[in-house]
Amino acid sequence: MAGHSENVDSATLWGGNGSPFRLSYGKQWMWFFLVSDALTFGGLLCTYGYFRHQYGEWPIGEEVFNAMPFLGNGFPLLYVALMTFILIVSSVTMVLAVEAGHRLDKKGVIKWLTLTVIGGAFFVGSQGWEWYHFIHGSHYGVILTPELMNDGWATIREVASGGFSLDYGHGQMITDPALVSQYMAEPLGAIQGANMIENEYAPMIPQFGNLFFFITGFHGFHVLSGVFINLIVLLNVKKGVYDERGHFEMVEKVGLYWHFVDLVWVFVFTFFYLV
Amino acid sequence: MLRDDLDLDKEYSLSANHDDEHGKALRKKIWKVTIILTAITVVEVITGGSIKQFYDGAPNESWWMIKWGFILLTLVKAGYIVLSFMHLGDERKNFRYMVLGPYILFIAYLIFNLLAEASYWGEIIHA
Repeated sequence: MAGHSENVDSATLWGGNGSPFRLSYGKQWMWFFLVSDALTFGGLLCTYGYFRHQYGEWPIGEEVFNAMPFLGNGFPLLYVALMTFILIVSSVTMVLAVEAGHRLDKKGVIKWLTLTVIGGAFFVGSQGWEWYHFIHGSHYGVILTPELMNDGWATIREVASGGFSLDYGHGQMITDPALVSQYMAEPLGAIQGANMIENEYAPMIPQFGNLFFFITGFHGFHVLSGVFINLIVLLNVKKGVYDERGHFEMVEKVGLYWHFVDLVWVFVFTFFYLV
Repeated sequence: MLRDDLDLDKEYSLSANHDDEHGKALRKKIWKVTIILTAITVVEVITGGSIKQFYDGAPNESWWMIKWGFILLTLVKAGYIVLSFMHLGDERKNFRYMVLGPYILFIAYLIFNLLAEASYWGEIIHA
């Protein structure tokens, strides 16, 4: 961190007997690992982009993800914004832990690292709720009807005056109660929620569910590992392992990993929910 | 053999400890970045919640501007996280380029290839 601004001529720097990057090998290799991990995530997100571009049409994030715990639907993006905020804050507490480590302030490291672990656990929990909601789906799901609009797939919507209407997207609706109840009584097919084979959010695009599960799942697994790694380092700090070493670089190294997890989420947030 | 990572006399990251005064300046910078990241997220969510891709089934013609705005803001956020939170901006220039250079090169190539291929297949399938 900061303080490497002094000028050393490159002959001395690369002349051996020292690290030309002025980094310990641990930190260097953490960076190399993160580059390779970033390529994995990059590949996954590019696959997501591949299917989106191929289909041309794609479910709209704010319509799929509009639920809040205890409050029901009708809150576009709010829950995921909260998750994003939690992760950013836990990233901040992590930098503060690293900064405290540079001052050899053990108490500070313990305080900020504990908060980081709590933030991470909250995020994983939120993702669990998000998955639960995605898998179970909306109250009525979608049904297949003998119509040409939207290949026959219609979302069932409650009408304020009682009864139901069928929403085919793009402003196309069937509101005639007789026809609606006929279609609902004998649907050609029905999907509620999502799994790896089909999903109600995009009945013609099974990849939507697959990519959601795989990418947010892979990210969630990274967060979960991060929480455990942070916890182990926290216990080591408490035991005084790093006091003996004279530096808290281990906190900095797990910090790099933790920020990387936050970094990936920033991209997942944009491409799954915003765009 | 001399293990350079254990040689604390040299200016390595291991011995990059700093005093209270320096810490104060750093913490100020951390909070500044926090506020910027939060503000960007709030702007994104408000924009995403209020501007629709479709109005009564008709596509919003200016959505592409919003989309590129989101992507730009994402890259700004990513920049702050990598350069400030991960301190890559404080590392030596050689190291910075070694981490960022190959990654940006590979990922830009992958994005171009996959999206061009997908658009081509999309045109054939939907034709």
